[in-house]
Amino acid sequence: MADSQTDVKRTPLFALHESLGAKMVPFAGYAMPVQYPAGILKEHEHTRRQAGLFDVSHMGQVRLAGANPAAALERLVPVDVRGLEAGQQRYALFTNEAGGILDDLMITHAVDHLFLVVNAACKDQDLAHLRRHLSDECTITPLADRALLALQGPAAARIMDRIAPAAARLVFMTGATVDIDGADCFVTRSGYTGEDGFEISVPADRAETLARRLLGEPEVAPIGLGARDSLRLEAGLCLYGHDIDTTTTPVEGGLSWALSKARRRDGARPGGYPGAEVILRQLADGPARRRVGIRPEGRAPVRGGVELSDNGGRAVGRITSGGYGPTVGAPVAMGYVESALAKPGTALTAMVRGKPHPVAVAKLPFVKQNYFRG
Amino acid sequence: MSERKYTKEHEWVLIEGDVATVGISEHAQEQLGDVVFVELPEAGAKFAQGEQAATVESVKAASEIYAPISGTIMEVNGALADEPVLINSDALGKGWFFKMKIGKAAELGTLMDEGAYRKFVESLD
Repeated sequence: MADSQTDVKRTPLFALHESLGAKMVPFAGYAMPVQYPAGILKEHEHTRRQAGLFDVSHMGQVRLAGANPAAALERLVPVDVRGLEAGQQRYALFTNEAGGILDDLMITHAVDHLFLVVNAACKDQDLAHLRRHLSDECTITPLADRALLALQGPAAARIMDRIAPAAARLVFMTGATVDIDGADCFVTRSGYTGEDGFEISVPADRAETLARRLLGEPEVAPIGLGARDSLRLEAGLCLYGHDIDTTTTPVEGGLSWALSKARRRDGARPGGYPGAEVILRQLADGPARRRVGIRPEGRAPVRGGVELSDNGGRAVGRITSGGYGPTVGAPVAMGYVESALAKPGTALTAMVRGKPHPVAVAKLPFVKQNYFRG
Repeated sequence: MSERKYTKEHEWVLIEGDVATVGISEHAQEQLGDVVFVELPEAGAKFAQGEQAATVESVKAASEIYAPISGTIMEVNGALADEPVLINSDALGKGWFFKMKIGKAAELGTLMDEGAYRKFVESLD
């Protein structure tokens, strides 16, 4: 459904956001809540202390089916998809011929198909990419009639136990079809905050009812995209289009952990995806630059686009994401630096509004991860 | 009697003799969201009317604060270093940014009074 004036799309929770007093902004072609009356700082803290409910329906949900969708999908990602067990979820990357990243996504083995969640801004390109390469072997179905809610925070598990006990039994990076109040949902135990939590794919016409049910639980507050960004930044998670893009390889991006053993040079199915030569070479020789955490020494936030230089004034890197970390209580950032300078503690300078600001390379994540592994 | 005036950039000016205290309006702090950092000018710095004098950073972005009138900075609000959120909680009081010695009294005539500013804000929606 679109606002005919501006062609901005609406998620199934648009009316709910407005009724909650959300400040709406356009994002990836959708009207989305950037914050509610509580504000970004309170929403961020609430998620880390209790539970936050996020509308992430703008993201793309795709069903990949066929005789062997996993084998087909392996032609596009440097990840072991064939080895996924039923219910298992994995983080993956679509790569291009230069070894750069077209998008990052989540893949879940949903028994008779693969369930993919891709970024909103890349949805159309990702579908075109899938169709261009896999339509001879797979049916590719965008799930346009489904919403996606994220429930994140330490209280999420006990809330889910009240509402859908079967989902509460999931461990991190697994998913299952779960009936929630009569709605046919697909739930994964994963998220984008560094906290324990769930992502719930729900039919669009049941989304508001489910959201209101969750918001009715005492621990739950609605959380906007502003806090979603500060949460993922503290958790050291990449934002596509900022920290990773077509010019960054997974190795440069610090995402080698996602490059499955089975797809490496000495694995069972090495290469076989776009840019494999570049990526495998960087795995062997090391990349020229790396994504790192950056901690400004002062209190001024250092934001994306700011250039980093060494103490001799030589340009050595760039901030790709930066802002204020409410849980850290200080500004935090991520960026790329020459590999020789990527060691935590390395002192660098960031130019902000014409003034040099001392910063240091820092380990990621800035906040401890609280995933439930069972 | 001290009188509060406003600019189109949503700064307020409280004039007491030849000293002007400057801050941002309720509307501005509400639009900004939670403030996390303020960069204030140095005491002694001189600004022309409309020149950028400070920067206020919310979680999401930085916003420029302009000198509402020409003058010299006499004092800056040191409390904002530790508690930038005062700008949200008390924009018209404890969230003041700096005090200036008024350079050109005639410029005060270019500012809006409270009623005019309120109408101006309404016209923005």
